[in-house]
Amino acid sequence: MSGFLGVLRRELRLSFAGGGEVLTLVLFFIIVGAIVPFAIGPDRALLASIAPGIIWIAAFLAMLLGLDRLFRPDREDGTLVLYRLADMSMASVVAAKVIAHWLTTALPLIIASPFLAMILAMDGPTFARTVVSLLLGTPALAAFGAFGAAITVAIRRGGLLAPILIAPLCVPVLIFGVGAIAPLGGPDQASSAMLFLAALSLMALALSPFAAALAIDWGEE
Amino acid sequence: MNLNGIDDTPKMSWWNRLAHPGQFLSWTRPLIWPLTAVSAALFLLGLWFAFFNSPADYQMGDTVRIMYVHVPTAWLSQFVYAAMAVSALGTLVWRHPLADVSMKAAAPLGAVFTAMALFTGSMWGRPTWGTFWEWDGRMTSTLILLFIYLGIIALWRAFDDQLRAARVVAVFTLVGAVNVPIIKFSVDWWSTLHQPASVFRADGPTMPGSLLTPLFVMFFAFTLLFVTLQLLAMHTEIRRRRLVTLERRAVRGETT
Repeated sequence: MSGFLGVLRRELRLSFAGGGEVLTLVLFFIIVGAIVPFAIGPDRALLASIAPGIIWIAAFLAMLLGLDRLFRPDREDGTLVLYRLADMSMASVVAAKVIAHWLTTALPLIIASPFLAMILAMDGPTFARTVVSLLLGTPALAAFGAFGAAITVAIRRGGLLAPILIAPLCVPVLIFGVGAIAPLGGPDQASSAMLFLAALSLMALALSPFAAALAIDWGEE
Repeated sequence: MNLNGIDDTPKMSWWNRLAHPGQFLSWTRPLIWPLTAVSAALFLLGLWFAFFNSPADYQMGDTVRIMYVHVPTAWLSQFVYAAMAVSALGTLVWRHPLADVSMKAAAPLGAVFTAMALFTGSMWGRPTWGTFWEWDGRMTSTLILLFIYLGIIALWRAFDDQLRAARVVAVFTLVGAVNVPIIKFSVDWWSTLHQPASVFRADGPTMPGSLLTPLFVMFFAFTLLFVTLQLLAMHTEIRRRRLVTLERRAVRGETT
């Protein structure tokens, strides 16, 4: 357990000390969201109706962008080898990294999302649902993302491969994430989507550390 | 042989003997020509049925004949993934090189069959629904399956070391296998949300026998085609690996 906390602390310290990468991702998230109106026009009604989708897409892209720094720096400076030799399972290292990844990418995005909600003309209740669905859904994105990063860590130029592999697997998260906000089939549909989203996150968080650890261990042999 | 004259070297089980790459090459080689001939014959028979000996649908007209290609390829798009997932288990549990080879050979075949199912589906959709593409649950999940196949092929190509690639791809294939039903379910949920009264029913009414016979023949023809191509691709891959090994030896200046 102390090893788990140690990895978590190290990850957090690195990402906050490492040249403001957290802020860069937040900036990317906001810019992606703010660029959509330029492409589709400044119609407030249209923007308000697609704002949940825009915010989810922006968050999804920002989280995919942050994947490459999850395991690759550790592999390049040899930390990953030390983790494999250490007296703790690779799965718990991955779990600590997933939590740190969520804390340093997803949480700042959610904190920054009111700004996007404002410029995309979202109303209060919709925005509240958006925050809840992001809180419930982004852990699944972080977990799938860690799996994708683990799969491609042994490849020298695997930076683009992880998003390609992970995006199809993330389709259910996007469907239920946006479905929980925009209740097209009535409020019942929305709350069931919220529950499915939570179920996806729990399942992804529980299983992906083991799958990712397997991929790292067997990719390194 | 030990001192007592009893042969106690471990014997290979029949399964291990069949699955040894060299043995596999020799016992499957005689199968390839018969398989090719039978699947070609089935194709001829099925196409003859499909074009000349089955009625046109009273609503869809002659476009119903697209079904005889569409349904078998759609079935294979899922069957090949199942075959890949079983091979992935073989790679992870027994670390068997033949499972690696089978997994690698199946991925492009699955991608092609999935692309064919999508292509024939949209060719069929244009005259019957009036659109090439509809965000229907089945079509959408087949498209995502195609993306997964292409991702797996890209992953294979990204590794230099094929043994390492096999294990990593196997983990991804199995995670994908867990995810495919979830994707299917979520896409169905999503598309029924968008179009409450479904445009068409995939299960459809019970088909008359005159349509079912060519469908079954084509179904077996396509499945045998997959088996044949899979065996051929596995042969090619085994030989390719031998070639790589020989080249490495030659570079090191060893004589074989």
